[in-house]
Amino acid sequence: MDKTEMTEIMKEISGTDVRKCMKCGKCSGRCPAYKDMDIKPHQFVTMLEKGKVEELLNCSAIWNCFSCMACVERCPRGVAPAQVIEAVRTTFTRAQNNNGLAAEDIPPIVDELIPQQLLVSAYRKYNK
Amino acid sequence: MKICYYPGCTLKTKAKELDAYARKAAEALGVEMEEVKDWQCCGAVYPMAKNEIATKLSAVRALDYAKHNGGKLLTLCSACHNVIKRVNDDMKNDENIRTKANNYLALEESYNGETQVIHYLEMLKNEVSFDEIAKKVVKPLNRKVGAYYGCLLLRPSGVLAFDNPENPSIIEDFIRAIGGTPVIYPFRNECCGAYVSLKNQTLPKERSAKILNSAKEKGAEEVITACPLCLYNLQVNGAGILPARYFTELLAEALGVK
Repeated sequence: MDKTEMTEIMKEISGTDVRKCMKCGKCSGRCPAYKDMDIKPHQFVTMLEKGKVEELLNCSAIWNCFSCMACVERCPRGVAPAQVIEAVRTTFTRAQNNNGLAAEDIPPIVDELIPQQLLVSAYRKYNK
Repeated sequence: MKICYYPGCTLKTKAKELDAYARKAAEALGVEMEEVKDWQCCGAVYPMAKNEIATKLSAVRALDYAKHNGGKLLTLCSACHNVIKRVNDDMKNDENIRTKANNYLALEESYNGETQVIHYLEMLKNEVSFDEIAKKVVKPLNRKVGAYYGCLLLRPSGVLAFDNPENPSIIEDFIRAIGGTPVIYPFRNECCGAYVSLKNQTLPKERSAKILNSAKEKGAEEVITACPLCLYNLQVNGAGILPARYFTELLAEALGVK
């Protein structure tokens, strides 16, 4: 798949209009994972608009976003950065051998209290 | 009053108390919670990608069941509420998702978002009323409690329409109704780190400590939540800064049915 086609697919599945962004940075200012985002929420929006899919697909921020929707809530233009991040992560994990969680890594970190909700949500987010 | 109830996977396993206290309290308040027949796990996170259809179907099945059984669907776990309410919004407003989900499910009558999804807290506020609850309190809390909203009940507010996402008040009103003193603290609507704790525990540890320290500084003796994952992060990753409990436990305690 070429880069232009990939960009269009990611824009489509994000369900948000990246062209509406006015670069105010409120989304990144509100992001609770900001310091651990190598690409910040507002940069996701701009980079997708510009078709920089390779950089997006290789970042580590897609694993640190909580999907808490704080960025979406604060956007004065109705853009949804969290949906762009999800579109990038989904595009990455859907490719072969690109799961973000390996089954064998889970048992050592499971404790007595771990809720099913955590296992289910992490698998849904990180794996295809 | 009888209402269709969706418990979800965690309330049958690690969060049994959240469910058990909710049922006892509902009984004391004259509400009959009738479990959705053959419900399936909602998936715990709302799939945001526009071409995700299969992952939304279990929510649609529960919604369709409720449509034919009273028209309302009661949720308790914050994650179930977030997923089911957002999927319901898709079924109402997103033609592509609605058509594909209906084509897949082939229901006798297509589902178009008719069911009203209500969280247990909304049921307490709107169907029972906090004034009525206050009248039935036999053991007032008499302590300072911090409401921890987290993100799933509040955002995105355009769809969830639960409360003011920046300055919510429903859980504080609830605490007052059961005889406690609500403590307002800055981090009450901040995310605990959610599912990231399975991949990278550093982030949820920092988040949970910030939230609990914020509540402690304002004088809270404990915090309450409706979310099993928030409770886990606060308890395990928050390292005992403050006790965290389910809001239903305090309700059952105040109503004398714990």
